[in-house]
Amino acid sequence: MLEIRNLHVAIEDGSKKILNGLDLTIHNGEVAAIMGPNGSGKSTLSYVIAGKPDYEILDGEILLDGENLLDMEPDARAAAGVFLAFQYPLEIPGVATMTFLKAAMNAQSRARGEGELKTPDFMRRVKVGAEKLGIPQEMLRRGLNVGFSGGEKKRMEILQMALLEPSIAILDETDSGLDIDALKIVSEGVNALRSADRSFLVITHYQRLLNYIVPDTVHVMSKGRIVKTGGKELALELEANGYADYVSDVAA
Amino acid sequence: MASVTPLKTSAELALIAQGASVPALRQPAFERFAAAGLPHRRIEAYHYTDLRALLKDAPPLAKAGAAVSSVSVLDELDAFVVTVVDGQPTWAKGDAVAGVSISLKGDAADDGLAADSVFPKDGDPIVALNAAFVDQTLHLSVADGAQIDKPVHLRFVTTGAVSAYARVVVEIADGAKLTLIETHESATGALANSVVEAVVGDDAHFDHMRINLVDPQATLLTTFGGRMGARSTVTSGNFVTGSALSRHQVFLRFEGEGSNATISGASLLKDRQHVDTTLVVDHAVPECVSREHFAHVLDGEATGVFQGKIIVRPHAQQTDGKMMSRAVLLADGATMNNKPELEIFADDVQCGHGATVGALDDDLLFYLRARGLPKAEAEALMLQAFVGEALEMIPHEGVREMLEAMTETWLKARG
Repeated sequence: MLEIRNLHVAIEDGSKKILNGLDLTIHNGEVAAIMGPNGSGKSTLSYVIAGKPDYEILDGEILLDGENLLDMEPDARAAAGVFLAFQYPLEIPGVATMTFLKAAMNAQSRARGEGELKTPDFMRRVKVGAEKLGIPQEMLRRGLNVGFSGGEKKRMEILQMALLEPSIAILDETDSGLDIDALKIVSEGVNALRSADRSFLVITHYQRLLNYIVPDTVHVMSKGRIVKTGGKELALELEANGYADYVSDVAA
Repeated sequence: MASVTPLKTSAELALIAQGASVPALRQPAFERFAAAGLPHRRIEAYHYTDLRALLKDAPPLAKAGAAVSSVSVLDELDAFVVTVVDGQPTWAKGDAVAGVSISLKGDAADDGLAADSVFPKDGDPIVALNAAFVDQTLHLSVADGAQIDKPVHLRFVTTGAVSAYARVVVEIADGAKLTLIETHESATGALANSVVEAVVGDDAHFDHMRINLVDPQATLLTTFGGRMGARSTVTSGNFVTGSALSRHQVFLRFEGEGSNATISGASLLKDRQHVDTTLVVDHAVPECVSREHFAHVLDGEATGVFQGKIIVRPHAQQTDGKMMSRAVLLADGATMNNKPELEIFADDVQCGHGATVGALDDDLLFYLRARGLPKAEAEALMLQAFVGEALEMIPHEGVREMLEAMTETWLKARG
């Protein structure tokens, strides 16, 4: 279970406050969606959960199964079960995708006190995962994300998620830059990973993604807080009416 | 008014005293050095590596006869080894490589092999010192068309706090092929100065690699000169983890059309190491291609220097030259000096250069850490890839893999 309590965050030099007392609870097995206008702090929330160092935490806590993530380095959070699928996955020239995947999986195993994967097991898991997502073997030999299209990068994020088996997966605008076919592949990949002990936080601008990844709860974010929580029908309402109601509520 | 006589430094005084032992035929070279003294920051080519300030002393000249361990880092490569101990070359006479003749000559009088030496016309002080103090020149000649698969390993060892000078002349006849790998080992306090000059014939192929593993309290001055015939190929790489102070000079000249040169280097430096790479690639004829890529990783208070000059002579049309120097600074105290230069006198050429200096990309680092890699491991992976860009240009697979492993070891030691 992920519990965020009274989270106040500013960008590092303290000049601008982005999150203003955000509260959010995601239960095991739950798929929660966060929607909100540009600049409401959605991406910041995803980065703060994953541990990006560019932010100053002014108050609050983020608990994953009772452990405060804010006390942990980003790699320790990953080992504890946090996975962030980046909106813009980074390119790493010179590091073959396979090398990277193995380094990441082994680092997490070590951090959890488990043994490293045997190479044949690793190869098999990658092969199976890649096939499901339509990722050709040739891509796995190239530098990580180097020369990949937007859709290929997003599929690679989902492959990493499948291999790393997180307990909370955050998808930061995974639908951005995807055509409808890629959106379907990525969504199927996510849906295949839904399970009773894995929760998801799906961040998106548009309702469209939520046709494919159907959420249990929808939260509206505005000016750094959750201003409305409902079921999946809330996404349809937002699609019809826009965010204007919620933005003005907070401003009033 | 009396002319101003600059005060000599203790290193200069020591070198001048040692000059008494220089035989007559080397006196001109010695005098060229003695007149100017050690180069300093007002000499443009030495602006970032002020030898007068950096070279504290010149240790005594080495005496012949020191013994060295037979174990070398290249043992796995199955190379033919010529060991140059304190400047004196020795090799197993029985099993020399077919197609390669090896000999010593004691009459090397001048700075270069011939009147049209590739070394600077106004005399480079490091080459002049080498010419003055070298005892015997090692000659390696590869016969016409001979394809030598077995690499020749020049293993330079300086055994104590002494000065050692060595010179090697490599002649690769038309259509021949040779791989030459230099390794440099030195004891604390050593000053080693070696010059390797190659004359590469038409349609010939020369792969050259230099690996600096000298003690972190040693000084290493090395120079590689190459003259290239038509349709020839030269690769020259430089890998540095050793030395307190080192300078590697490359002077390469295209003398025949349709040739191709690849010059690369990777330096991994820490503490107060000062490592200079100075490169002059002279496109004297048309239709030649040169690629240069240098990577520096600088930690602690280390200083890296890269000076690279591509000259394109007036008739050298269709020249294609690209030079890149990239540096990563891992600590606030580290310094990188980049001086790329293009001197283009022809009008139909493609030449470019780039130089970057920066820290590791924070966003990339976070991406790797968010996947579970601890900070040190994430940095090491990024640096391995960064250095890998330069190592990729080394054609010999065994050497490349060995240097990748050395890079990994260096990164692990960093912690």
